[in-house]
Amino acid sequence: MTKDETKQVVLDIIADIAPDEDISNLKPDVRLRDQMQLDSMDFLDIVMELRKRHNIEVPEADYPQLASLDSCAEYLTPKFTALGK
Amino acid sequence: MSFKSPRIVITGVGLTAPNGNTLSEFRHNLLSGVGGIEKKEIRYMGELLAGVCHYDALKYQTKKEIRVGTRAGSISIYCAREAVADSKVDFASFAKDRIGVYIGTTEHGNVETENEVYAISKFNYDTKYWSHYHNPRTVSNNPAGEVSLNLGITGPAYTIGAACAAGNMGLIHAAQMLRLGEVDFAICGGVSESIHTFGIFAGFKSQNALASHPEPLKASRPFDKARNGIVISEGGALYTLERLDDAIARGAKIYGEIAGYCVNSDASDYVLPNPGRQAECVRKALASAGMAPQDIHIVNTHATATPLGDIQECQAIGAVFANCPDTYINNTKSFIGHCMGAAGALELAGNLPSFDDLTVHPTINVDDLDPQCALPGLVINQPKKVGKVDAILNNSFGMLGINSTLIVKRFTA
Repeated sequence: MTKDETKQVVLDIIADIAPDEDISNLKPDVRLRDQMQLDSMDFLDIVMELRKRHNIEVPEADYPQLASLDSCAEYLTPKFTALGK
Repeated sequence: MSFKSPRIVITGVGLTAPNGNTLSEFRHNLLSGVGGIEKKEIRYMGELLAGVCHYDALKYQTKKEIRVGTRAGSISIYCAREAVADSKVDFASFAKDRIGVYIGTTEHGNVETENEVYAISKFNYDTKYWSHYHNPRTVSNNPAGEVSLNLGITGPAYTIGAACAAGNMGLIHAAQMLRLGEVDFAICGGVSESIHTFGIFAGFKSQNALASHPEPLKASRPFDKARNGIVISEGGALYTLERLDDAIARGAKIYGEIAGYCVNSDASDYVLPNPGRQAECVRKALASAGMAPQDIHIVNTHATATPLGDIQECQAIGAVFANCPDTYINNTKSFIGHCMGAAGALELAGNLPSFDDLTVHPTINVDDLDPQCALPGLVINQPKKVGKVDAILNNSFGMLGINSTLIVKRFTA
């Protein structure tokens, strides 16, 4: 999986958990929380959906790695690769 | 005990029922014989009959709020916002810490718990897939809490668990809190999301108390010989209540006045009703209102179309209203099924317009009246124009033997 594909995976999840938000122009290098209404429960949603949909575990200590689309791609792409995706 | 000071009045109504999403639509359908029962797929059980509400949830909530919250919360928000709008109170400048939210529920949490158990069954029951929203969704105060969040209300907001007597209890408790001076404005009534839990259906099915009929709209048939149980429904009705002086001071429309009430308990069985205690509840409510049975012009029955329960309630009503030629008796569940925690509040709403149109909505689906339910004054299948409607008595009874009777009278200065 490429980093762009990883970003799309995250965007697909965000589209479901924040259905009122326009996510078409999210800046990949800016914190998600600074661009849209996301609270701590929403971040737990992202973690849960990664687990449910893609069998990826994100330990609590690594939550900061999900701050932006770029950091998500950096952190998650190796995990997808390790799963053979 | 006096219930007369300070006087409490109804100034706004918001509701969603299986056959209407405003009071005027609901009332129109009750006078036109239009019910709201349909087929619904119930998890594990297949196609059953249910009363489903079709209100526009997005009118007052974002998609995310609907996703994060519960159906009971959504129904509560819709009804609360409709009631507040109907009251025409200056809500923006009202002190939010002086507003109370009191919502009756039959149960809460079954829906979300069942959903989560079903969800983790897809992951070999591994609880790491259990939602972090489970607890805020299932706490008992959820429906009232969602209203407080949506409307920014910082006063007391909680639910009142009283099985199917709960809808009346919301209004009764609100009246009490207004009289105590705890709040200056109350949003109160009852809600139910019960059609989204298979457990309620399965429980009534196992109890041989779940209605079936090839024609959904004919399934809920209290007092008919062929009645065979309850049609489970969702819904909600919330009112705004105020002290009379406050309502008059702001020029509010007044739907009616809380005249009296009673809540008591059977202390006799988990599920079987107790006509003696029901009659006692009605008599105590009359006493609290300073009224005689003859002063009541409409008795809205709780009857749910169970073979035994209807007869027992008719015994209770017959004992109290034996010599009341101007008292008419009806049943709203015949249109909308049993809206559980919302039942009492919705059924009161269905009758409130009688103060203006002097018409009693009927009990429909009575093709063959059970002689044991043949109360004098029972209004069957067609609405009845009457000479006077000055007081409505609303019964709601629930499991574990909780009974509530609420009397609302025409407001006169």
